[in-house]
Amino acid sequence: MRNIFFILSALSVMGLAFWAYHENYKTQQALKDVDKLQRDIGIRREAIAVLRAEWAYLNRPDRLLDLAALNFDRLGLLPLNPEQLGRVDQIPYPIVPELDLTGTVTVQGDLEP
Amino acid sequence: MMRTPLRPLARILKARETGENPDAIEAENLRLRHEEMRDRSRFQAEGRLLVLSVFFFCAFAVVGARMGLLAASEAEEPRAQTSGAGIFAQRADITDRNGRILATNMTTDALYAQPPHMIDKAHAARELAKIFPELVEKDLLDDFTGKRKFLWIRKKLSPEQKQAVHDIGDPGLLFGPREMRLYPNGKLAAHILGGARFGREGVHSAEVIGVAGVESAFDDYLRDPAQDGRPLQLSIDLTVQSAIRRVLNGGMRLMNAKGAAAVLMNIHTGEVVSLVSLPDFDPNDRPRPLLKGDPADSPLFNRAVQGVYELGSTFKIFTVAQSMELGITSANTMVDANAPMKWGRFTIREFQNKNYGPKLSVTDVIVKSSNVGTAKMAMEIGGTRQKEFLRRLGFLDPTPVELVEAPGAAPLYPANWSEITTITASYGHGIAASPLHLAAAYSSLLNGGTMVKPTLLKRDRVELGERIVSERVSAAAVDMLRQVVTRGTASFGAVPGYEVAGKTGTANKPKGNGGYYQDKNINTFASVFPASDPQYVLILTMDEASDTSSDQPRRTAGWTAVPVAAEVIRRAAPLLGIRPIVEKVEVPELTLTSN
Repeated sequence: MRNIFFILSALSVMGLAFWAYHENYKTQQALKDVDKLQRDIGIRREAIAVLRAEWAYLNRPDRLLDLAALNFDRLGLLPLNPEQLGRVDQIPYPIVPELDLTGTVTVQGDLEP
Repeated sequence: MMRTPLRPLARILKARETGENPDAIEAENLRLRHEEMRDRSRFQAEGRLLVLSVFFFCAFAVVGARMGLLAASEAEEPRAQTSGAGIFAQRADITDRNGRILATNMTTDALYAQPPHMIDKAHAARELAKIFPELVEKDLLDDFTGKRKFLWIRKKLSPEQKQAVHDIGDPGLLFGPREMRLYPNGKLAAHILGGARFGREGVHSAEVIGVAGVESAFDDYLRDPAQDGRPLQLSIDLTVQSAIRRVLNGGMRLMNAKGAAAVLMNIHTGEVVSLVSLPDFDPNDRPRPLLKGDPADSPLFNRAVQGVYELGSTFKIFTVAQSMELGITSANTMVDANAPMKWGRFTIREFQNKNYGPKLSVTDVIVKSSNVGTAKMAMEIGGTRQKEFLRRLGFLDPTPVELVEAPGAAPLYPANWSEITTITASYGHGIAASPLHLAAAYSSLLNGGTMVKPTLLKRDRVELGERIVSERVSAAAVDMLRQVVTRGTASFGAVPGYEVAGKTGTANKPKGNGGYYQDKNINTFASVFPASDPQYVLILTMDEASDTSSDQPRRTAGWTAVPVAAEVIRRAAPLLGIRPIVEKVEVPELTLTSN
């Protein structure tokens, strides 16, 4: 009985050692993956920052004004005028055509199966 | 353990035989037993102390070793934690009120050389001088062949330049990564942003430090990692700023002015929506400050904040408002305005020696801009109360705006507030303040009468400030200023739909050695719009402007600053989302004359 107990505990120690060895390598691999991902995130963030800076540079008001002037023939853009502001009721919304009820109206239909 | 009996029978009996006291044996035995017990407990206690001391020694040794290890080893990022955002730029962005970028970071490289590792020094120097025109080949070669083991060549490189340096192929030319500050809008908000430069430089990184404006005032905030890269949001509106700068630049040229400044402020919150000072500079390539001459001539000089000028008749509304607040006058009271007015050895004259008197209503004092009328009203108010009123409006202290230049721009006024100071200050002479001071004071006076503090940060909500004047006086002041535009000195300021109200101010520039120039003016137009529900205050100042469209050059604000301000409002107001107010057209009534 005692021997069996010793053998079992020795086996379990060996099993645990095997498991710990593998866990150690898995952890190291996971850390390496995290490092790589962090580096990737860093590179992406840098790229985003550069793109945002570029967007801001390309959309700077001076350049947009010049572009609007260059493409005036096609776009016809002018600075915003006070006359361009109005109230909602000044907008000529399309008139919804009234329902034509002069003919006969069928109020009969099929019931859904 | 054997326990010795206290009274062993054998010894007792023996003692009794010999006639000794058997109690002595018991006492002796008791003493021995106690000694034994004491020894045992001491041994036990010593053992425990030993164990404890070993334990404490080990614990402290572990702590000490860990501390030593942490202090000696290189810092390492915690890798296993899944951090959230993390820091990705050493300096936070600055954006306008709608989140458009005003300042951001770019990665670039710095170029340095290690001459001991260089192979063909002459070739490298020649090629570098070709790539960078500002470098001199001979100086470079001297540096490379001298004793130096390390030298910086350039702080910033474009990707093309970096490739060109790579193509030289010298192992002694090396690159260090850099984060540089970029202002994508160039000159647009130059005076607000200020600029940045490199601080301490290393091979792997360099500090970026703000040198002026918001960059310097918020340097700690922008560099604080705890902000987690959150941008600093300013109250500036990029679109409005661009429109105003363009109009102001055109106006400045048209009016032959040396400089110009404009401040547009939200009347209720004190947010500065736009702040322009011309001439300006590119913060990406900040010029050096002037070493000699007047610093106000440098483009670095912020006329709207640092420019402390006598702002002239724009001050009259403060005298009138205080007089009404104190109940001395009302809008229709007739006051003495008989010009010229003698006071001691001084003579107070009107513009071009006119005389609007003998009596003028308070409204007409403002509409016609009567110096004598305001002087008389100020004398009735008294110097102490006048000074206190100006102090509450912020005219005696630097503005609290978040620019590093602001605390240095203190208003100028005589230390001794004599009666002549009371008279001149009532119409804006003898006291000098910046356009930003004027903007804050006009906002405080005209928004219903509560104090606002100028700020460059976007505000979501504001508490009402200290009350300066009653709502009734505030409304009356707006009404008077409206009449200045409809029938007074600022008739060019009328913008259809926006009910501009305002006051002109023309002041001669002081000479450096006392006295005033007769032909050099500071022209100011302080305006508020729309008059029926004041929303924004616009202060526009022009330095040495003159309108030369007629034979005689006209140098008053009404001819120079006012038309430019009108155009600014016409352009800016729609961008601010203010709908024009349709003014009622008087339709002549139809009368039936005959059948």
